[in-house]
Amino acid sequence: MIRRVLIAALTLAALLSQPAFAVEPDEMLDDPVLEERARAISKQVRCVVCQNQDIDSSNAGVARDLRNLVRERLVAGDTDQEVLDFLVARYGDYVLFKPPFKPSTYILWAAPFVILAIGGIAIALVLAQNARRYRNAARQSPETPVKEPNS
Amino acid sequence: MKRILAFLPIVIAVILGGFLLWGLNPDRDPNEIPSVLISQPVPAFDLPPVEGLDTPGLSSADLAENDGSAPIVVNVFASWCVPCRAEHAVLTRMVREDGIRLMGINYKDKPQDARNWLADLGNPYERIGSDLDGRAGIEWGISGVPETFVIDGAGTVVFRFVGPVLGDEAIGKLRTALEQARQNGAGETS
Repeated sequence: MIRRVLIAALTLAALLSQPAFAVEPDEMLDDPVLEERARAISKQVRCVVCQNQDIDSSNAGVARDLRNLVRERLVAGDTDQEVLDFLVARYGDYVLFKPPFKPSTYILWAAPFVILAIGGIAIALVLAQNARRYRNAARQSPETPVKEPNS
Repeated sequence: MKRILAFLPIVIAVILGGFLLWGLNPDRDPNEIPSVLISQPVPAFDLPPVEGLDTPGLSSADLAENDGSAPIVVNVFASWCVPCRAEHAVLTRMVREDGIRLMGINYKDKPQDARNWLADLGNPYERIGSDLDGRAGIEWGISGVPETFVIDGAGTVVFRFVGPVLGDEAIGKLRTALEQARQNGAGETS
């Protein structure tokens, strides 16, 4: 009985608890729409100190400054893209988690597809060659049945 | 056609090998963030002096107005930054020996702490801007303290160094940048 109560209490505690957020209440905007946009932008922006964290989840001082800056720009009437451009102008493309598609990143974006295409062509060539060999063998010795590769 | 195809694996291996070799280079720092400021005019900012300090504040205009005779070095520092303490001695010596004009941005520092720090170690700075909220730091795109920039006579950023300027290699890099700033001269604007 005690055990059951304990389990129930623990489950309840686990359900009620919330994950810790880096965004502190005093940073949040009163306007829920703007705040939502600020959160969405923050998730795309790299914290320049912790590098593999977005500023939305980072506790670093600079991340906090950037979060405030994003909100400031939004309140001033910037579009999402304008806010991102503002940050890129100061920190470079590096600050974005998703690199933009432009001449210097064409290789980056195209490489997976190019490699996939090379692989696909290689497989197609090998298969075509095998099929041709199989057909030639069948033509050269019509009396004897062609041995299946796997038999 | 077949001959060419036979060489393909070797070509791919060589390309891949070259890429991996490049990755092994110990001088390459994957954490290095390229600065967008290089070859750009100094960012717009206007900072008041540190409260209670005689040294005047720092703004973009102070950096653009330069006759080019002495390159300007902008150093971002704070009293709470331990490596800044070591770097301070290097910068002080460079002001004396290399003929640079040293400007400071006091980043997120309490004025009282900054004053004590400068009284303790000496003040080699011509001007110091007090960046209490870190907004000027964002304009400069800094990721931490200390950071050091070299500005030429036209008010263009020629060099950025992340971390303390310590050791022969770092000082060498800074000197090379200073030389470049001198060669750029005064520029057309001044």
